[in-house]
Amino acid sequence: MGGFRLSSGGRVDRSRRMDVRFDGRGLQAHPGDTLASALLASGEDIVARGFKYHRARGIYSAGVEEPNAYVHLRQGARHEPNARATTSEVFDGLCATSQNAWPDVRLDIGAVTGYLSPFLSAGFYYKTFVGPFKGTRFWMICESFIRKAAGMGRGIKVSDPDSYEKVNAFCDLLVVGAGASGLAAALTAGQAGADVILVEQDFELGGSLLSQPVGGVCDDWLAAVKSQLNDLPNVRILTRTTAFGAYEQDVYGLVEHVSDHLQAPENNQPRQRYWLVHTKQAVLVTGAIERPLVFANNDLPGVMLAGSIQSYANRFGVLAGQRIVLCSNNNSAYQVAVQLAHASADVTLVDARPDMPQDVADMLAKAGVTIMTGKAVIAAKGRRGVTGAMIVPVDKTGKATGVPVRVACDVIGVSGGWSPVVHLWSHRFGKPRFDEAAAAFVPGDIGGETVQCAGRMVAAQTLGERIDSGIGAAKATLNALELKPSGTSLPATPEIQLDTGWSQDMLAIWAITDATRMTKGKAFVDIQHDVKLSDLDQAYSEGYVSVEHLKRYTTTGMAPDQGKTSNIITLARVAELSGKTIPNTGTTTFRPPFTPVTIGALVGHEHGEHFAATRMSPIHDWHMKNGAVMSEAGAWMRPWYYPEGNESLREAYIREAAHVRKHVGIVDVSTLGKIAVQGPDAAEFLNRVYVNGWKTLQVGRLRYGVMLREDGFVMDDGATARLGEFDYFMSTTTANAAKVLALSEHLLQTAWRDLKVHVTSVTDQWAAFAVAGPKARDLLQSVLSGADISREAMPNNHFVTGEIAETKVRLHRMSYSGELAYEIYVPSGFSRHVWGCLIEAGKAFGLRPYGTEAMGALRIEKGHVAGPEIEGRTTLKDLGLAGFASSKKPFVGSVLKDRPVLVDPARATLVGLSVKGETGAVAGSLIYGAGQPKQGHGEGWVSSTTYSPALGHPIALALIQNGKARMGEDVQVVNHLENQTLMAQIVSPYFFDPKGERQNA
Amino acid sequence: MIRIDCPVCGIRDESEFTYGGDATVVRPAMGEAALKPWIDYVFMRDNPRGAHREYWHHVVGCRQWLVLERDTLSHMVGTCSLARDAA
Repeated sequence: MGGFRLSSGGRVDRSRRMDVRFDGRGLQAHPGDTLASALLASGEDIVARGFKYHRARGIYSAGVEEPNAYVHLRQGARHEPNARATTSEVFDGLCATSQNAWPDVRLDIGAVTGYLSPFLSAGFYYKTFVGPFKGTRFWMICESFIRKAAGMGRGIKVSDPDSYEKVNAFCDLLVVGAGASGLAAALTAGQAGADVILVEQDFELGGSLLSQPVGGVCDDWLAAVKSQLNDLPNVRILTRTTAFGAYEQDVYGLVEHVSDHLQAPENNQPRQRYWLVHTKQAVLVTGAIERPLVFANNDLPGVMLAGSIQSYANRFGVLAGQRIVLCSNNNSAYQVAVQLAHASADVTLVDARPDMPQDVADMLAKAGVTIMTGKAVIAAKGRRGVTGAMIVPVDKTGKATGVPVRVACDVIGVSGGWSPVVHLWSHRFGKPRFDEAAAAFVPGDIGGETVQCAGRMVAAQTLGERIDSGIGAAKATLNALELKPSGTSLPATPEIQLDTGWSQDMLAIWAITDATRMTKGKAFVDIQHDVKLSDLDQAYSEGYVSVEHLKRYTTTGMAPDQGKTSNIITLARVAELSGKTIPNTGTTTFRPPFTPVTIGALVGHEHGEHFAATRMSPIHDWHMKNGAVMSEAGAWMRPWYYPEGNESLREAYIREAAHVRKHVGIVDVSTLGKIAVQGPDAAEFLNRVYVNGWKTLQVGRLRYGVMLREDGFVMDDGATARLGEFDYFMSTTTANAAKVLALSEHLLQTAWRDLKVHVTSVTDQWAAFAVAGPKARDLLQSVLSGADISREAMPNNHFVTGEIAETKVRLHRMSYSGELAYEIYVPSGFSRHVWGCLIEAGKAFGLRPYGTEAMGALRIEKGHVAGPEIEGRTTLKDLGLAGFASSKKPFVGSVLKDRPVLVDPARATLVGLSVKGETGAVAGSLIYGAGQPKQGHGEGWVSSTTYSPALGHPIALALIQNGKARMGEDVQVVNHLENQTLMAQIVSPYFFDPKGERQNA
Repeated sequence: MIRIDCPVCGIRDESEFTYGGDATVVRPAMGEAALKPWIDYVFMRDNPRGAHREYWHHVVGCRQWLVLERDTLSHMVGTCSLARDAA
């Protein structure tokens, strides 16, 4: 091989050279080049190594279908593996390196695996699981070997420094593809006043028109249409943007490669932008991809798609080689042959069909093309690149009928017809239809209400037909949009020489073989995944007769290119083996994305800190200022502990909890869920959602309640206060607030529509602090006015309203810590002020803040259940809460809680554990009887654990089978993860002050 | 990726809603004491291929529970009504 830049031609800016490097070697690159055209222009014949056999690979195509030319792009944190050279625009400073090769692509030691290739045949890896290897670890050896040898690019482990954006867009009409037919569709609709978005994956508009010679008639048409489109403010044009997926309700996913053509994003732009386009109508004009012909050594550098050689010559001014053999089964190669000959190449057209129309033959001969008919290339010759083609007479099935003759050449262009790009249509509507004339899958007859297809995608052949189909599709959408075509006509369709299309007189052959259907040398179907014709044959003979199974067994079509050039050949080969037609053999079900999408683009800003919303209490700033270590509780940030000096978590929470029991502490409980339950039927509603009764609760009182799920398990607990006749204030746990509200709304809006009740979340409207400890009342009496909170006037489960620091507050008397305690509810906006006043006034009483860890220690000492016990698998009985359940009324879960399995006496029930030694138990540890083997799931588990400052040793809450009957028994507490076994005694879960004298003080 | 025509808020993106399960099941009356009707209500579900009625909760919108017709095969959505108005 040996590509070179022609002295003239191409749509590149020859006045500027760019600094572009591949494996350290400088390339000849101009603005307008892709990395592939620059590589080709610089004579870089080997750009990659094969996936399995590490064979030398060159550039194969000029577009998204590329199977070979994948490289590492950029260095450092912007390093990008598997960048497609054929669609990567060059930029100054571009630094690309080859992947999957050592020491480099030119001399890859891994190519030696070619000699081991019998071990890499279809299904090789699967076979290491069975037969003589079954039960051995042979597959592991093979896996490590395969992993090293196979594969694509190398990822990096540093964070992407760039940002990504997400955008929602809305339009009347989305046109995907800005080739001739797409431009015609967009202009037709735009002139009629439709709100149009036109999307093109290339950096230039024009599609295949860009592959026509510079300065020709197509350029005039293109310029005129572009200028008219630019004058229409209702047409948005997105270049460098791939429509990668089509979804229900006419939503399309796009990725705009905003800065991928630059070394680094500029002007605060994102690297990529993910668009979700919601459109009323769509015109899909995604073109067609040329199909290869398969023959021996068809992966040699220098074997290329015929149309891509034309693209490189005309668009980039690069000739892939001086001596070009074109091997074709259809008419589309005629134009390629003539244009390449005009571009000074020495061209031989080998046409598999026996006859050629005389006028075409004359035109080719006049251009200097050597013609061979009834023949095809059966093998490429050369070691590191094409040096010759073996040409043989063939019959109409592609079998050799004579002796091959060697023709010297450095490029072999192949054309086996064209495959319409039906991917987006198929994402929505499933299986495409097989068009016999074009020997290709085209969109079926459904979806026309909102999706039109046009151009090569529907196998329109000539430029005129393609433009007309684009106009027709646009008019169909205008009709649906109830818009009238403007009557302005498009520029006259240009006439191109030999604009033949591919379908007329096509000879539908796919592979060139000897008379026995074999090839001498590897003949690749899926070049990217190194799947050969012989692999398909072998898989078929092993019983993989369904193409869906065969695909997975051989992995054909499963590489990053997703078989864009190979799928149809696989189908054709299986059809041939089974004697069926192609459509009866199967189709490919296309799924998004059309081309690989960077995960970063889908993620957008939603990562790191912004992965999910963070909720903060209105007191958050104070916690931070006062050295709190925070912990996450769902979306909430809560103070975990407030270390003094170099205190550890353990030292801090023990100090904080002990302080509460001795003096007074304050904890921010603003994260509790708060729900206003209002309406004449509020009490009835509470009666139904809680297990306990509510009809007797008086205004000014509050009551602890427990809720079940519909299936009878405990869901949540909390206190509800009756503020007025029809006005209740429900609190839920931090974790379950959303669940409780959603269930309440569901019941009220469906089954209980007769209840006159409103439920409203007021979590964010109210801050709440618990003030707990023997000095709590003294402290509050010193700051509170307007209410009597003396022991006599305000027992537990009462609330009062009063003022603290000129702010109206509500004081609930109830205790979670087991100490004399109050919860203070303050409107959020005033809460920081009130908190500050309490802290200030509290100094005289020794008030200290405490965090969730100390709060947990205090509640475990009291045997109060919390999230670790109410974990979705426990019943009222399991948790010792059965006494709360009313037997006089039905409530959510009241019937299902009595399912036999939930009332089994052997169920694990809540107990306390007095843990021996200084090391506390780990939550989740399993319980085994003393002296019993530590096997299986044990007889229970530890749910919550702490060091008890009040008792002076570690304690835990646990659920143990027959727990209540086993008081006093010694058990083993086993943490299998750390091989830790502790001894503990089963005790009452009410470790401290079981009579509640302190909280009633 | 579906959009739901909320009767209160208009056409909104799927991401504003949470799925709430089968809307064809009917909750037994509060006084129902037998186990079977509750087991059917909580656990037993058909898995229809095609047209289906489902609850969706406009959880970051109007907080209304909706009954949406959705085709489980094509993922196409039909009419959407407030659950409180549903028959």
